[in-house]
Amino acid sequence: MPAGAPARVVAEPPKEFVEEGLMRSAVRRLVGDKLALLGLIIVALVVLVGILAPYLMPHDPLKVALDQRLSPPSRAYPLGTDHLGRCLLSRLIYGTRVSLTTAALALVTIMLISIPVGTVAGYLGGRVDNLLMRLVDILLAFPDLILALVIAGMLGPGLLNVMLAVASVWWVGYARVIRGMVLSVKEKEFVLAARACGTSEFGIVLRHILPNVLSPVIVLATLDMGKLILAISGLSFLGLGAQPPTPEWGAMLNDGRPYLQVAPQLMVYPGLAIMIVVLAFNLLGDGLRDALDPREILKG
Amino acid sequence: MKRYLLKRLLYLFPVMLGVSIITFGLINLAPGDPAELILRAGGVEPTREAVEALRRELGLNEPVYVRYGRWLWDALHLDLGKSFRTGRPVAEEIFSRFPATLELTVAALGVMVLLAVPAGILAALYRHALLDHLSRICALLGASLPGFWLGLMLIYLFSVKLGIFPVMGRGGLNHLVLPAVTLGFGMAAVYARLLRSGMLEVLGQEYIKAARARGLHERWVIGRHALKNALLPAVTLFGMSFGHLLGGSVIVETIFAWPGVGKFAVDSIFNRDYPVIQGYALFMAVVFVVANLMVDLAYGLLDPRIRLEGRR
Repeated sequence: MPAGAPARVVAEPPKEFVEEGLMRSAVRRLVGDKLALLGLIIVALVVLVGILAPYLMPHDPLKVALDQRLSPPSRAYPLGTDHLGRCLLSRLIYGTRVSLTTAALALVTIMLISIPVGTVAGYLGGRVDNLLMRLVDILLAFPDLILALVIAGMLGPGLLNVMLAVASVWWVGYARVIRGMVLSVKEKEFVLAARACGTSEFGIVLRHILPNVLSPVIVLATLDMGKLILAISGLSFLGLGAQPPTPEWGAMLNDGRPYLQVAPQLMVYPGLAIMIVVLAFNLLGDGLRDALDPREILKG
Repeated sequence: MKRYLLKRLLYLFPVMLGVSIITFGLINLAPGDPAELILRAGGVEPTREAVEALRRELGLNEPVYVRYGRWLWDALHLDLGKSFRTGRPVAEEIFSRFPATLELTVAALGVMVLLAVPAGILAALYRHALLDHLSRICALLGASLPGFWLGLMLIYLFSVKLGIFPVMGRGGLNHLVLPAVTLGFGMAAVYARLLRSGMLEVLGQEYIKAARARGLHERWVIGRHALKNALLPAVTLFGMSFGHLLGGSVIVETIFAWPGVGKFAVDSIFNRDYPVIQGYALFMAVVFVVANLMVDLAYGLLDPRIRLEGRR
């Protein structure tokens, strides 16, 4: 609000609002939250590892060396080798790229479905809304990820299929949230003003409603990355996702299962990798939620 | 209460109808012609004549609504077709394995409640103390820990190294421990946090202050006044967790070679046994919907605001 604007707010807004604005205060509070900061740092590092994977890998992650199979950690192979003599560390590093990309692509797909559905349902309301929300109810009638499992099973094994299967059930929650936000935004005065100015319905949605809905949704989505990585690696673990020789963490765990007794490192490291990344996203997510929650802001 | 029950039941019809349409449509996701798939599964070379004959026999040339109607009618009579792999009726295959899955899920629910209820309540009572922080860390770990990894690590530690529990299969109570802990732990972490916030909300209510002001013993205030009200919303979450556990049971059953429906479904996926996959989806949805209905009814009975609705 500009300094000279008439005071329409009855209660005095907290000082930090006036001084630094909502976004900056959220960032400040996020940085102040040590756990969230830790999450942010780990996420940034992991993304960096994913991007720089080809330069960080000590070996070719796909190169089979049968004379080196199941070898313990050594100078040449810092984490040892798998049942085909492939460098475990290189596979883990390359797996970062595979796991992050798949989850990010799934997230984009989810957004591409849920944003139009949620917006249309919320904005048009009435029968369209009713119909779309019943569809949401129906998809929610399947227990957690079972529909994704079944869809992936029908489509056949493959990383792309798993991604599509997960996205095809995951959008539902988002569509609901987006619908709710659109419902509240469309009653705002600036929407009425735009309508009074003769802006077309499409223009209102595009220029006034979506910009107000998108940023919280994108934040929400980032929080979900951890859960998405878990879901996708879980399906890969079952053998539905990445197919050999692609190094994906869930699939690597699955490959290492028969060697649990002789080479437990094949299980330990991919699992740890999944857990650390998911934990980092969860820490960041928790922090972001607190930082953006207006009730927390008012509490100071 | 009667109106509540009726409303809840009426609402089920469109949902179950939708579920059946989705399940029926699943077969269209499979690459290739269903008749061809059936022939291949039976080990027959799918010549054009054979495919055409089977299509006619199965009524695949009829309009989709006729096929759906017939499929639905059969499904309502518990006829979900025959498994390509075993040749036995799908419903029979699923029903014979469901007790194992139910046993695992209920045991995991038990683990969840045993861990989460004390943790959640103590975390709320000792807010911001060491115990609360510990429960937060456990919750974060629990939500980030891949269930399949936890299972494998438990097997490595308790079966391979220490030899306390059997590695896999179903049998006595000691067979059940590791799978139930694997399945229940992650949910317990989440549940404990939800219970904590529910408890905190209740502890801030006027009637708690009133109870304390009346000089009631703290144990009585917590046990009699706070806990009862904090557990009420937890009942709904109980239903939700049941769904999560059913979903998670697929992976846990696969790791521990637990002879339940989930493992059967995964095996069927790799054998392209489509009728079983379809039947599994439908069956799980029905179980989940029924479980949620029961939870809602329990909630209705426990909450006097709903129980007494319409009496005044």
